[in-house]
Amino acid sequence: MKVLVAVKRVVDANVKVRVKADESDVELSNVKMSINPFCEIAVEAALQLKESGQASEVIAVSVGPDVCQEQLRTALAMGADRAVLIKTGNDLEPLAIAKLLYTVTQREEPGIVLLGKQSIDGDNNQTGQMLSALMGSAQGTFASQINVVGDWVNVIREVDGGLETRSLRLPAVITADLRLNEPRYASLPNIMKAKKKPLEVIDASDLGVDIAPRLKVIKVSAPPERKAGIRVNSVQELVEKLKNEAGVI
Amino acid sequence: MQRESMEFDVVVVGGGPAGLSAAIRLRQLAMVEGRELSVCLVEKGAEVGAHIMSGAVFEPSALNELFPDWRNMGAPLNTPVQSDEIFYLSCSHRSIRVPGVFAPSTMHNNGNYIVSLGNVCRWLGQQAETLGVDVFPGFPASDVLYDEEGRVRGVVTADMGVGRTGEQKGGFTPGIELIGKQTVFAEGCRGHLGKQLISKYSLDAECDPQHYGLGIKEVWEIPAEQHVPGLVIHSTGWPLSESATQGGAFMYHLEDGTVVIGQVVDLNYRNPHLSPFDEFQQLKHHPLYEQYLRGGSRISYGARAIAKGGLQSLPKMHFPGGLLIGCDAGTLNFAKIKGSHTAMKSGLLAADTIYEALAVNQSAGQDLAAYAEKFRASSIYDELYQQRNFGPAMHRFGNLVGAVYSWVDLNLLKGKLPWTFHDKRPDYSTMATADWAPVIHYPKPDNVLSFDKTSSVYLSNTNHEEDQPCHLTLRDSSVPIAFNLPTYAEPAQRYCPAGVYEVVEDASASRFQINAQNCLHCKTCDIKDPSQNIIWRAPEGGGGPNYTSM
Repeated sequence: MKVLVAVKRVVDANVKVRVKADESDVELSNVKMSINPFCEIAVEAALQLKESGQASEVIAVSVGPDVCQEQLRTALAMGADRAVLIKTGNDLEPLAIAKLLYTVTQREEPGIVLLGKQSIDGDNNQTGQMLSALMGSAQGTFASQINVVGDWVNVIREVDGGLETRSLRLPAVITADLRLNEPRYASLPNIMKAKKKPLEVIDASDLGVDIAPRLKVIKVSAPPERKAGIRVNSVQELVEKLKNEAGVI
Repeated sequence: MQRESMEFDVVVVGGGPAGLSAAIRLRQLAMVEGRELSVCLVEKGAEVGAHIMSGAVFEPSALNELFPDWRNMGAPLNTPVQSDEIFYLSCSHRSIRVPGVFAPSTMHNNGNYIVSLGNVCRWLGQQAETLGVDVFPGFPASDVLYDEEGRVRGVVTADMGVGRTGEQKGGFTPGIELIGKQTVFAEGCRGHLGKQLISKYSLDAECDPQHYGLGIKEVWEIPAEQHVPGLVIHSTGWPLSESATQGGAFMYHLEDGTVVIGQVVDLNYRNPHLSPFDEFQQLKHHPLYEQYLRGGSRISYGARAIAKGGLQSLPKMHFPGGLLIGCDAGTLNFAKIKGSHTAMKSGLLAADTIYEALAVNQSAGQDLAAYAEKFRASSIYDELYQQRNFGPAMHRFGNLVGAVYSWVDLNLLKGKLPWTFHDKRPDYSTMATADWAPVIHYPKPDNVLSFDKTSSVYLSNTNHEEDQPCHLTLRDSSVPIAFNLPTYAEPAQRYCPAGVYEVVEDASASRFQINAQNCLHCKTCDIKDPSQNIIWRAPEGGGGPNYTSM
């Protein structure tokens, strides 16, 4: 069984993002970029499936400009066998990404497609769900545990207020939540080896998919700055302020 | 521990201007002659450029040598210096402009560029990879490897996944031995391995102690009508003059409405109550700088020590198996307040030396004395010789008389006076005791121009894995409270520009707290602790600031 794992290039989680002066987007020039943390967890999950003998090959795929090869190389250094980049300069919405990934699943016919539950830049939490709809396959989102049993995969999902276990028939789409695993470090020798692993680049325009945007970004703005707190002298004063000034009780 | 090892012809430690130039030049030479030559470069920052902090007005002389075609190759040198202004700040609201003819000739910046050195290094990193250098960001060299004859044979990278008390965590990945016929150390000022090498091989036996400054810098976005692209301002005097501390400040106007402002405090300062961070915050309220910053917003913050001792403090730069280059040795030209071009040039010379030596003799561990000859015959030696008395004259005569002396020395006599000043007193030993020195009361930040340390460190994008051994180690853990506190009011609380060190008053006693995750890797604590009790070591890979466009 092949496992396809999607990785997205996003601003590194340690970087404090800043809105551009013209409010068109956040500033991305000269900012450190990384694999989306949830995608990294998905890669680790795929590698564990291979190491436990349940998967035969792990294929990493990304959609975006040429520089996304850096993130694919990271996935290869972690242990993926090969990588595919669907190259496009366009800023894509989840539906377009799902459609492009769908073309790869048609070609590769993976038993499991792993994705992060959402990316930390767009926070859409849609691509996995849309991909499973396009594939007509089962979906197990927010996975905190994955267990393949024959032609089925049991997924423990993190739902509001607890955990839910579902059995999905393969092929299935699974999106990774935070507690699924802790991704490994890529070691130096593996980074060297990753440079020689196959990385195929496909032009998105050759795939005959409509990736035109459905949405228009009107404005990006920073959240309002938090006001400084004040110190109250007594419980009575606190209650009074919560009631009359803040209006929360 | 049994470690994996990887072999290269040359291992370079540090992805700054010096290390990248050395690595690039080695590959260029090998490619021209079609020779096999493997070069790897390790960098502790999460990416090349993440830990680079400099002014910077950049003199392109060494870049011209490395990539004569850099303009067409897209090097990020976008803002030529248009005008140079020098001021003496006599108090918190007055300034005197120093006419150009009275400025030391080394302070003239015709033909130079205002750059983000971080971005220049990012670009150099890409060129290095294109030329076949194996660049490994996120991998600090944690220790030097020696062979049985005491020659350097490479470095070992830091272990990943070690917990607070030294235990191996789930994802533990041991460091790798990187073996090289030659190892080039280019860690920047006060490199933690460079320091060990200087001591092991007594490289500083015949030179003065190194002298340092602490540079603190911010990047601001300012309103278009206050922005003058290409304007370079330098000043000295207030607020440091109030505590008789030496140093100077700068403001450079870059592209896209951004300016950088910073201040360098000489680390030979005497008053233990001095806080370089608060001095810098005060500086921004001076009308000279306030007129530009008004209505703007601060987007980045950083700090880094610089080695400014010059030629008199320059240690021997070669030893069996390796070379010490750039600010790791101390090649900065203090009279020009520039170190990038000299660091790069020292890297080019290192590459030439190693390439020629390995062409004749492939054996590992050679002591390349030819490097000293090449260095002596080079342009950097000439410029460092010419300005050799600038720093020591300032220490000897103070800022004003020192400046007059330097003007005569540099502008009229071109540094040809037959004598050389020495300054034998290391910076850590200059501190007066706390009861003798006047306490300095700094005004509260107004959160418009001036800010506190916490919000500043936030803008450096600094992050360290929390569960790892503390990378700021104490030789003797009792010294901060038992000696430094009563004698010097524990100055680490104030000289650290990131708020790493705190003295916390618990119910019964004082406790020394190290917030290592805030560390900006500036190395000031390793330099200035009067007891020389703090040892800076490399944390887990990728930790530290993530500077953007610094």
